[in-house]
Amino acid sequence: MSSTTAHPRLESWRRGLYRFRQSWVSVLGLLIVSVLLVLAIGGQHLAPYPQHIAGLVDTSARLQAPSTTYWFGTNELGQDVFSLVVAGTRISLLAGMAVVIVGAAFGVFVGAIAGFLGGWVDEVLMRLADLKLTVPGLILAMAVAAALGPGIVNMVFAIALSWWPGYARLVRGEVMAKREETFVLASRAMGAGTNRLLWKHILPNIMSPIIVKMSLDMGFAILTVASLGFIGIGVKPPTPEWGSLLSVARVNMPDYWWTAIFPGLAIFMAVFGFNLLGDGLRDLLDPKARR
Amino acid sequence: MVGYILRRLLLLVPVLLGLSMLVFAIARLLPGDPVALAAGPNATAADVASVAREFGLDQPLVVQYWNYLTGLFRGDWGVSIFTRRPVAEDLAAYLPATLELVLAAMLLAIGLGIPLGLMAAVFRNKWPDFLARTVSLGAISMPRFFLGLVFQLLFAMWLGWLPLSGRFPLTEDPPPQITGMLTVDALLSGQFHAFGVALSYLALPAIAMCLSPLATIMRMMRASTIEVLQQDYVLTERALGLSQKLILFKYVLKNAISATLTVIGLYFGWLLGGTVLVETVFDWPGIGLYATQAVLTQDFMPIIGVTLCIGAIFVTVNLVVDMLYGLLNPKVRYQ
Repeated sequence: MSSTTAHPRLESWRRGLYRFRQSWVSVLGLLIVSVLLVLAIGGQHLAPYPQHIAGLVDTSARLQAPSTTYWFGTNELGQDVFSLVVAGTRISLLAGMAVVIVGAAFGVFVGAIAGFLGGWVDEVLMRLADLKLTVPGLILAMAVAAALGPGIVNMVFAIALSWWPGYARLVRGEVMAKREETFVLASRAMGAGTNRLLWKHILPNIMSPIIVKMSLDMGFAILTVASLGFIGIGVKPPTPEWGSLLSVARVNMPDYWWTAIFPGLAIFMAVFGFNLLGDGLRDLLDPKARR
Repeated sequence: MVGYILRRLLLLVPVLLGLSMLVFAIARLLPGDPVALAAGPNATAADVASVAREFGLDQPLVVQYWNYLTGLFRGDWGVSIFTRRPVAEDLAAYLPATLELVLAAMLLAIGLGIPLGLMAAVFRNKWPDFLARTVSLGAISMPRFFLGLVFQLLFAMWLGWLPLSGRFPLTEDPPPQITGMLTVDALLSGQFHAFGVALSYLALPAIAMCLSPLATIMRMMRASTIEVLQQDYVLTERALGLSQKLILFKYVLKNAISATLTVIGLYFGWLLGGTVLVETVFDWPGIGLYATQAVLTQDFMPIIGVTLCIGAIFVTVNLVVDMLYGLLNPKVRYQ
C-alpha cells in the first residue's frame, strides 16, 4: 500500500487513476481522444495534401480508389479524402466542445439560481427546463440553425439552446443538497452574501458531476454537429466538416464508397472515443456511480 | 388510480400550451422572411403584402398566436406556406409512416435488448457479457445516418437483398388504408404479399434506428438484473432449489424490468424526434422528412405542427409508462 503520509485528496486521485488504468476501455478511449487532439491541433502539418483542405481542385485525380498515394482515395473534385478527414477533426472537436461548454455554462447558471433561491424562481425556471425536454432537440436545433444561416457559431448556438436543461436539473439538485450543509451555514454566519456563497463555496464543491456530464456529453455533441452537417444545415462545403463530407459523398455510392465511408468512420471513432473516456472519468470522479 | 390519471391528463394542458407558445415564439423569431419566400422571387411589394394578409402574418404576434391556438382546437393547424396544404392534413398523411418506423425500431430494441441484457447479467464478467457490453458501446456511438448509408451500400447496392429507399414500390398496389401503417394494414386485410414488400422496405431503416435504443435497453436491463440477482429473496429461492429458469423469468425479470421501462418511454420520444436523419437517408415519407423540408424553406407552421405533435406523443407515452409501473409493481401508489 502507499505511504501513510500522502495527502488524502492526492491518495484518492491515485486510487482513481489506478482504477482508470485497470479498465482497458477507458485507456482505449483516452488513446483515441489523444490521437484526435493531436490531429485537431497539428492537422495542417500532418495532412499530406494541405492544399486540398484550402479548396484546391485536381480534376486529373478524380475519384481514385484508396492507394499508397491517397490513403482514403480521392473525391469527385480530386481532393485527398484523408486530408479532408484530418482537417475535419478540428472543426468537429471545436464545435462539440463549444456546444458542451456553452450549454453547460448556461445550464449551471440557471440550475444554481433555481436551486439556491428556490420558491417561484425555481418553479418557473424548472418548468421551462421541463418544457425544453419535451421538444425534440434535433428539430429545434434544425429550425434555429436554418434561420440563423450557415456558419459554425450559429450552429453551436442552435444546438446549445436545447442542451442546457440537463445541466440545469443536475446542478439544481446538487445545489439544493449543498445549501443545507454546515460549511455553507458557517460562511453565511461569517457574512457571505448569496453571490459569494453560490459561486465561491457551493459551486466548487459540485464540479465533479458537472465535469463527468460534460465528458459524457462530448461524444453526443460531436454527433449532433455531424447530424446537422449531414442534413445540410450548419457548416457548409468547402469547409471540411465530417457530416457534410458524408452527405456530399452519398451520390458517389456504391462505386466510390470510400468518399463516404471514411468521414463516417471518423465520426464513429470520435464519438466512441469520447464515450469510452467519459465512462472512465465517471468512475474516476463520481464515486456514487461506481459499482 | 382513476383520479391520478385524470390529474395527469389535466396537467398535460399547461405543458402543451407552454410548448405551443415556446415553439411559436422561436418560429416567429426566425430572421428569415417566409412570406417573401412563398410569394416567389419576382413578387412585387403588393404581392408580398397580399400573401401576408392571406396567412394573417400582417397582424400583431399576440393576435397571430391567439388565432393559431383557437384554430388548434378546431383541428386547424395552419397552412403550410410552401405546399399550400393544411398542416393537419400533411401531418395525418406523414405521421403513420413515422410511427410505423419508430414502433418497428422499438419492438426490435425491446425484443432483443431485454433478453440480451438478461443474458449479460447472468453471464456477468464472462465472454457473452464482455461481447454484449463492447458491442453496445459501439452501437451507441454509431451515427444512425452513417449506419443507414452502410446498410444501403451493403444490402441494397452490393448484395441487392433489400430495396434502397422509399416505402412502397409505385408499380404495386398498396394495401387498403386502415391505420396508415403499411405493414399493419397489409396484415389486417390479409394481403401477405404486400406485407412482405412493405416489410422489405421497412427493414433497413428500422434496424438502423433500433441500435442505440437496443444498446441502452440492454445496458439498463443488465444493471438492474445484476442488482435484483443480489437480493436476499433470490438467494432464498436458490436455496429452496428452484430452477434457474423459474427464478429468472418468474421472479427476477418482473422486478428488473421497471427501471428499463423509463428508458423505453424516454427513447420513444427521442426516436420520434430523431427519425429526421434516418428518414433523410432512406427517403422515408414521414414527419421527419416533412420537418426537414419545412426547415429548409423556413415554413414555420409545419415546424410548429411537427414539434407540437411529437411533444404531445412524448408526454402521452410517458404517462402510459407511469401507468405500467403500477401494473408491474403493486408497491407503486398513485396519489
